[in-house]
Amino acid sequence: MAAPDMLDTVGERPGALARVRAGAAPFLRNRAFVTGAVLFGFIVFATAATPLLTDAAPNELSIRDRFQPPSLQFLLGTDNLGRDMLARVLYGARLSLGIGLSVVLINALLGVALGALAGYYSRLDDILMRIADALMAFPAVLLAIGIAAALGPSAVTAVVALSVVYVPRTARVVRSSVLVVRELDFVQAARAGGATDLRILRRHVLPNCLAPLIVQLSFVFAYAVLSEAVLSFLGLGAPPTVPSWGILISEGRAYLREAPWLTIVPGIAIAITALGLNLLGDGLRDVLDPRMKVEQG
Amino acid sequence: MIGYTLNRLLQAIPVLFLVSLFAFGIIYLIPGDAATVIGGPTATAADLEQIRRNLGLDQPFHVQILTFYTNLFQGDLGRSLLLGIPVTEALIQRSPITVGIAIYSLAITIVFGLITGIVAALNHNKWLDQAATLFALVGVSLPNFWLALVMIVIFSVYLGWLPTGGYVPFTEDPVGWLRTTTMPAVALALLQAGLLTRITRSTMLEVLGQDYIRTARAKGLSEWQVIGQHALANVMMPVVTVMGLILSVLLSGSIIIETIFGVPGIGALMGNAIMSRDYPMVQGGLFFITAALLLLNIVIDVLYTWLDPRIRVKGGD
Repeated sequence: MAAPDMLDTVGERPGALARVRAGAAPFLRNRAFVTGAVLFGFIVFATAATPLLTDAAPNELSIRDRFQPPSLQFLLGTDNLGRDMLARVLYGARLSLGIGLSVVLINALLGVALGALAGYYSRLDDILMRIADALMAFPAVLLAIGIAAALGPSAVTAVVALSVVYVPRTARVVRSSVLVVRELDFVQAARAGGATDLRILRRHVLPNCLAPLIVQLSFVFAYAVLSEAVLSFLGLGAPPTVPSWGILISEGRAYLREAPWLTIVPGIAIAITALGLNLLGDGLRDVLDPRMKVEQG
Repeated sequence: MIGYTLNRLLQAIPVLFLVSLFAFGIIYLIPGDAATVIGGPTATAADLEQIRRNLGLDQPFHVQILTFYTNLFQGDLGRSLLLGIPVTEALIQRSPITVGIAIYSLAITIVFGLITGIVAALNHNKWLDQAATLFALVGVSLPNFWLALVMIVIFSVYLGWLPTGGYVPFTEDPVGWLRTTTMPAVALALLQAGLLTRITRSTMLEVLGQDYIRTARAKGLSEWQVIGQHALANVMMPVVTVMGLILSVLLSGSIIIETIFGVPGIGALMGNAIMSRDYPMVQGGLFFITAALLLLNIVIDVLYTWLDPRIRVKGGD
């Protein structure tokens, strides 16, 4: 058993590498994709490597050093309690990106499941899409605020509220590609061959719906990071002891006059993240699915 | 035309029903006892009883939902816990302020979005195009409340040109109105202007490749006439289609922007309601704003069919 396997891998290795290189080429040639990947990569790296980048703890008080403007000692300055802003922004990234990523994962799971059901079974389509229509009739941020206001402030609340807002949108994207793919010849062939619905969906339909889904998810990530900041700013996100970027902005707001960097810096972090993800989404769309034109909120 | 309008209105009914159901259901998302959450830690048992009675929470579920819809059909969205006046009354009182800023912001969006989009398309792949594209992307990537705060730092704190907040009614003092509404309107417009730039640019590029543009050029019309008349009329169409989305972003953005600038419109009303757990106000505002947007979207759709003969001929579907 082992021998042919090894032979296979050995035989395929240069081929596989070349294939990866050939597959990556259109992405690397796309300027939006590369810029987006660099910006978002920078944020992800800074989040992952935080302990290497700063010794300061995000909640370490130092009253002597309060309201220090950005300097060599404090690269991004300090806040009203002398806490190091670099540390706070870097540790804040964990929560902001964590919430964004959770929303993306829930969107991937529920969006695909509901979109596939609606697209594949026309009987479910009507009811699911009516519900999606109604949820999408609410302005996105407004609905998230309403749900979060009822659930009470926490990080989980933010994830739930943002998922309710974006899952219908993702489901719609998946549904519309399923509607197209399920009519294609190879799906008919699979059905004629006696494949079950689940197998057809998993093996034949969904892999062909991946491109628009990935594009959609990168935009959802960007919206989620932006909306999380709105929720936190209104006091509906994580409790203030854990600094997310939105909370940092709202805390800084009280000291707009004496220490504007407290507000400006976390906003730039949000902007770099959202810009990177939007560029990634644009680049992915250009490369993966040039026909698709997405403009949605 | 009338058939189409009626059709769209009929289609909106199930959506509106579900929207109202979700708005009604929000109060059941409150974990634990809603009255305790609303009353806060200092509420006595009598207070809690009073809150339950006011909100109808002491009634069985089917009575609650029936009362909700009976009241809804009479335009009654309940009574604000914070203000002590009917929710509908508060919303109607505050609407003109928000609508005024929304129109102002919309004007900025359209002028700015159209100009940058057209300039970008006319200079396709040159640096002006790239600058406009970059602006559009940055516009959709900035948190608008952050932009509002940065504008306060620049224009109020450092330059001292504009007040940090407040509101002066237009009827009292138009200049004062402009001074207090310009920063909120610009902060709200940024995101949509970016969106509109992208759409205008791509539509304009498409339009510029059409035969009738070549014909217009071939018959010797000035570039101004070709772009300003022949092309622009066709570029306006997609602008109308994104109007619904733009209005929706505008209204939801106003919650945070009005709160920051202390503008007493619907947005600040909702912002206050959220922070003080005034659930009837939150539910009512959610339903009111969404219903208004649904109606506006129908108006936009009808307008669109009326403006574009190609759709009219097809029977408007």
